[in-house]
Amino acid sequence: MFELLGVPPQVLMGQLLLGLINGSFYAVLSLGLAVIFGLLNIINFSHGAQYMLGAFVAWMLLEYLGISYWWALLLAPVIVGATGLVLEKLALRRLYHLDHLYGLLLTFGVALIIQGLFRNYYGISGLPYQIPDQLSGGQNLGFMFLPNYRGWVVVASVVVCFGTWFVIEKTKLGAYLRAATENPTLVGAFGINVPLMIMLTYGFGVALAGFAGVLAAPIYSVNPNMGADLIIVVFAVVVIGGMGSIMGAIVTGFGLGIIEGLTKVFYPAGSAVVIFVIMAIVLMIKPEGLFGRNA
Amino acid sequence: MSATDTQPAPELHRPATQGMPMLHKAIFAALLVVLAVLPILVYPVFAMKVMCFALFAAAFNLLLGFGGLLSFGHAAYFGGASYVAAHASKVWGWSPELSILVGTLAAGILGLAIGALAIRRQGIYFAMVTLAFAQMVYFFALQAEFTGGEDGIQSVPRGSLFGLFPVDENEALYYLVLAITFGGILLLYRIVHSPFGQVLKAIRENEPRAVSLGYRVNRYKLTVFVLSATLAGLAGATKSQVFQLASLTDVHWSMSGEVVLMTLLGGVGTVFGPLLGATIVVTMQNYLASMGAWVTVIQGVIFVLGVLLFREGIIGVLSKWLKRPL
Repeated sequence: MFELLGVPPQVLMGQLLLGLINGSFYAVLSLGLAVIFGLLNIINFSHGAQYMLGAFVAWMLLEYLGISYWWALLLAPVIVGATGLVLEKLALRRLYHLDHLYGLLLTFGVALIIQGLFRNYYGISGLPYQIPDQLSGGQNLGFMFLPNYRGWVVVASVVVCFGTWFVIEKTKLGAYLRAATENPTLVGAFGINVPLMIMLTYGFGVALAGFAGVLAAPIYSVNPNMGADLIIVVFAVVVIGGMGSIMGAIVTGFGLGIIEGLTKVFYPAGSAVVIFVIMAIVLMIKPEGLFGRNA
Repeated sequence: MSATDTQPAPELHRPATQGMPMLHKAIFAALLVVLAVLPILVYPVFAMKVMCFALFAAAFNLLLGFGGLLSFGHAAYFGGASYVAAHASKVWGWSPELSILVGTLAAGILGLAIGALAIRRQGIYFAMVTLAFAQMVYFFALQAEFTGGEDGIQSVPRGSLFGLFPVDENEALYYLVLAITFGGILLLYRIVHSPFGQVLKAIRENEPRAVSLGYRVNRYKLTVFVLSATLAGLAGATKSQVFQLASLTDVHWSMSGEVVLMTLLGGVGTVFGPLLGATIVVTMQNYLASMGAWVTVIQGVIFVLGVLLFREGIIGVLSKWLKRPL
């Protein structure tokens, strides 16, 4: 086989696939952050913990109730989203009139509580979650071997991302949502229940994190710290993309995942920090972010 | 613009230059007396740990409480300085004061580099940017050769102050740490109550107005960021000499969260709040150390309750009761 820049294509494609999978998680998570930020104006620091919660709920459903992966994929986001609704109703709602930094601090505290509780009961070693039978095995594509489950993760993430984009940008519900983002008082005056909409939006953003968690469960071991470091990278992704646009969050997420994968091929030592370096460059050239509207 | 920049309106800073109020003088004097006899009462290493974190929280408070900037990555300067100071002591064989100095300087330079980029964004983006850069420092500490990866830099020799006075004994080191941290906290007090500090408050309260008055806001923000990072570094470098250790714990994001917690609990923007907050959090960790992950849960609960019910912090509430700034 031919070589590209001195790298065998199997290695290159393998890392590109890994990058694409990481990118899927970046995209789904930064999408959730962007949806929440759009309406609530807060950065949901507990997003990583809620992603972990999604993986754990899937694991618990299988372990304690024997509920399969496919049902978990539906149920876990609903359950995690419901915890988000409670959090919004009981706590976040009280902070909207304050500096947005308080929302960040509150959700940081929530993340500490969730992660601490799970560390306490399940330790940090991680729990295994089987890949569902229908998706075990893989395809030989000639130039590389594609495990079925990893292909599924990418497809499922793309579908969810574009579904969300479609709902927000192309439907009547989305139009209400965008209107409430611009001017909640006016939308409320038209008879739309804005507080309810805010609550449901937060729940939906959190459910997205839970969905990503279920997708991640069979690939990464289910452990209480799985979201903690990931969320910081996602923050960098969000700074790079800017949170002004839904499509921006999706494109930046996948794009940075691929760039990270490529860095692993050509300069492995830099792969852990490449996203932060890109963030520094973006801050120098276009501080408001690639798709950002205002700083 | 530059004329008003260097010569702010005199009446703006007059109240600040009238010296320290009697109440503050009395509190600082009482603190000094208590700290002077403290090693008789408690384990000196514990007392030194509290003092290092008190300086760290006070340095962080300079940025959040007076600059209005929430950095979520202050562990980078605290931990970064502790690595450099530990390296200087252990590998280069430098005396403690030089090691602490070079660690502090390193934190200042790091603060300049990160601050220059971070101040290009505001509010929550600023918090995310500082957090992300701190995570980059963490990865560097994890992978670089000189930091020792997971092991950190262990058994750092304490050496002799100026090469003359050995500080191997906890009691001797205690008074060095007391001098450094107390001096650092007084310096912070001076900065906050200087004309520079007054301009900072003006920017925090109303940035567009400060701009329209001719202040170069970004230059002030960067200066306060570097000062805060430098003094956080002083705390971290000193801590590395106390524990004879620099480790990943000090550069981890949870350390950045802890310093936010200390400041929030004590009272953001107060003089004595961060000192009290640091004392409470360190004491709590000390007594609850056997409870493992529950410490994280308790910290989370304090965060949530603090944000929901208790945003002024302990000293903030006290200051309101007494109707005096504390």
